[in-house]
Amino acid sequence: MLRHLMMTAAAATLFATGASAETLRFATARDVYGLDPHAVTDSFTNIFTHHIYEPLVRYDAELKIEPALATAWEVIEPTRVRFTLRDGVTFHGGETFGADDVQVSLMRAVDPKSPLRGNLPGLKAVEIVDDLTVDLILEGPTPLLNNYLTNIFILDKGWLEANNAVAPIDASQGEEGHTTNNANGTGPFVLESRRPDALNVLVANAAWWDTPVHNLTRIEHTPIGSDATRVAALLSGEIDLIEPAPLQDAGRIEAAEGVRMLQNPGLRSIMMGINMGDSLVDGNVDGNPLKDLRVRQALYHAINMDLIRDRIMRGKSRVTGSLIAPEVNGYTEEMDARLPYDPERAKALLAEAGYPDGFAFNLNCPNDRYVNDEGICQAMAAMLAQAGLEPRLVTEPRQMHFQKVDNRQVDVFMLGWATLPMLDGFSVLSAMLATPGGEYGTFTPAGYSNPRVDELTKAVATEVDPEKRNAMMIEALMLAKDDVAWLPLHQQPLSWAARDTVEVPQAADDLVRLWYARVTK
Amino acid sequence: MLGFLIRRIIQSVFVMLAVALIAFMMFRFMGDPVNSMVAETATTEERDAVRERLGLDQPLYVQYGRFVARAATGDFGLSWRNARPVSTLLAERFPATAELVLVAAGLSLVLGIPLGILTALRPHSVSTQALQLMSLVGISLPTFVTGILLILIFSVWLGWLPSFGRGTVVDVGWWSTGFLTLSGLKALILPSVMLCLFQLTLIMRLVRSEMMEVLRTDYIKFAKARGLTNRSIHFHHALKNTLIPVITIFGLQLGGLIAFAIITETVFQWPGMGALFIQAVSFGDVPVMAAYLVLVSLIFVIINTTVDLLYAVLDPRLRVEGARAAH
Repeated sequence: MLRHLMMTAAAATLFATGASAETLRFATARDVYGLDPHAVTDSFTNIFTHHIYEPLVRYDAELKIEPALATAWEVIEPTRVRFTLRDGVTFHGGETFGADDVQVSLMRAVDPKSPLRGNLPGLKAVEIVDDLTVDLILEGPTPLLNNYLTNIFILDKGWLEANNAVAPIDASQGEEGHTTNNANGTGPFVLESRRPDALNVLVANAAWWDTPVHNLTRIEHTPIGSDATRVAALLSGEIDLIEPAPLQDAGRIEAAEGVRMLQNPGLRSIMMGINMGDSLVDGNVDGNPLKDLRVRQALYHAINMDLIRDRIMRGKSRVTGSLIAPEVNGYTEEMDARLPYDPERAKALLAEAGYPDGFAFNLNCPNDRYVNDEGICQAMAAMLAQAGLEPRLVTEPRQMHFQKVDNRQVDVFMLGWATLPMLDGFSVLSAMLATPGGEYGTFTPAGYSNPRVDELTKAVATEVDPEKRNAMMIEALMLAKDDVAWLPLHQQPLSWAARDTVEVPQAADDLVRLWYARVTK
Repeated sequence: MLGFLIRRIIQSVFVMLAVALIAFMMFRFMGDPVNSMVAETATTEERDAVRERLGLDQPLYVQYGRFVARAATGDFGLSWRNARPVSTLLAERFPATAELVLVAAGLSLVLGIPLGILTALRPHSVSTQALQLMSLVGISLPTFVTGILLILIFSVWLGWLPSFGRGTVVDVGWWSTGFLTLSGLKALILPSVMLCLFQLTLIMRLVRSEMMEVLRTDYIKFAKARGLTNRSIHFHHALKNTLIPVITIFGLQLGGLIAFAIITETVFQWPGMGALFIQAVSFGDVPVMAAYLVLVSLIFVIINTTVDLLYAVLDPRLRVEGARAAH
């Protein structure tokens, strides 16, 4: 009898331990830039640290905002928002989560030396009302406050103080911080070990406050820089999930047994900015023909996006006439309509504008930033040449490309915009359409200035009523569309690949959220 | 001998300074790392502030002077990519590259010399022709192609060996070694084979031609006439004379192995200094790039000086000439 019992007990233990050991081996193109959630604004690093740390509110798998460390929020005055914090949450090191942690973390993120301060604009102070309630004091009404907060993670005050890490680290100066390679958060996974550029290991947090949708016990993350090696590792069974999966290997991966591609349209919109300044950077005519709306429309008509989608993007991109994706707040279907591909019309418009023989200009693109960026630009250069223009194609690494864009040393240049983390059209208005000045217009093309757009942008920044706000945003975006300030191309596809035993949602923002992942047998 | 050494050291210092200058100057034109370090949505003011903090707005010679002064003490600043001291990063990555290069160099010697002897002793046999053909392929195929082929055959099709990484490494002091674990040794195989291929074919051909040349010399003929065994002739007399130029070339090529390791490390995701350098290049991480160049130049200079000294030690004729010149 006893022996029988013991054998059953032994068998039961075997099943118990056997059933819960689900390891997910995950490979990406590069490693995170460190584990400090406030040290660098890189969306990949951010989503990785999101497994360890948590914000007050978070995006779910459909990119809707839901409570995380805060359970409720209330606008008490336009400049004071009260957050009720979740009770019973502990950090991985055992510390209790409370209002003082929120205060220290938020102020650390908006510290003048923190690289993240642009991600939470307008926060003046955080006041502690009681152990589980904080008030955020703002400069003015901030309709996108929750969107901003999804990116700001909470660290433990005691742990920061004990490790001399209260001051934020900036990647450009200071001593190496304790937070770069050590972590203590409230999230679904605990850091077990980190070997930079080799292996990061996370284990499941048994004491997590939320009910896990995932069934993982362990995540092993390896950066594999070479596209070919990453695909080989997936095919050989050493890796379970890769992100990104190169588009040209999609056919091979689909054909192989036991692995599949995950491909969906993404958020990131790719578009061409147009220099509307007084002169071209590298032209062969007087003045700047691109200042003329007809010339910009001619460029628009000359591009055959359907062909680019089918040949270069293997049918996986979503051609659009809008600067924002459908998932982004402020999108309407009206915005999506493109000027049709019509090279004859393009030539006619050019002739009408006084350039029947076309003119030369720079076509600036990065070659290592967006999906098939170089291929798209090569195709566009050929199409523009067919319309009678003389584009001078310049493709270079992102460092040099964006340096030129910053200094407005470009004529027609490629840019991709995902509006992350805000997921709101205001991001496009403030960064790409408003006249440069102060915190506006970082990427606005040279010479573009529409007073009505500026007026609407400033109004949208502080309007809290969502309906009024959206109406103003839509008006501004449609005005810019008519101005052809930017030439929209497409939303680039997401491209991951996984073993058939792995289920993971692919949200449009291209971020891998493994707390929704399941490994089945 | 001492005079020679001192002269070489002084020359080396000038070489190092020149390399530092070139490294520094070239990377002025590498682009702006600020864009990778700030949010996509950062304003122009914020970018300028970061530029100022990094010292990128200072005049050129000031930046260079600061760089050399700090480099002399081993301080290459903080990596712009991951906020850690460059010297720590390099020290962390050095064992990986060193082990890879060591194993590859060892393989190329251990395989190259016997194969070279074989092809020299039996110049017209089938095995020699086959080896010559394979060595031609080894030299002509680009290294990354061989690497991918190796991964395809041994990882994807056969599943015998891992396609990336170092396996499990054990920390012995500050040195992380892959020699002590089975997965570490398995992970070493494909990358070192890929890396040694070029060196292997080079040594094989060199040994073959040197040996064939030596076998034609008079003293070998006399040894044969005297009745010494073949074994004694080939391995005791001929081989020693063959090896002198081989060792020289091998030493000089060792630096090349370290350079080629960049490609191997990229293909196999080997966390060594080469991979670090490539990442630094795409990020525009000037401190790491500059430090790597300086470090590799230092290694080259040390190796070359050692080879020269070794050459003088190995070849008695040089020593005697030197002595005569001194009088």
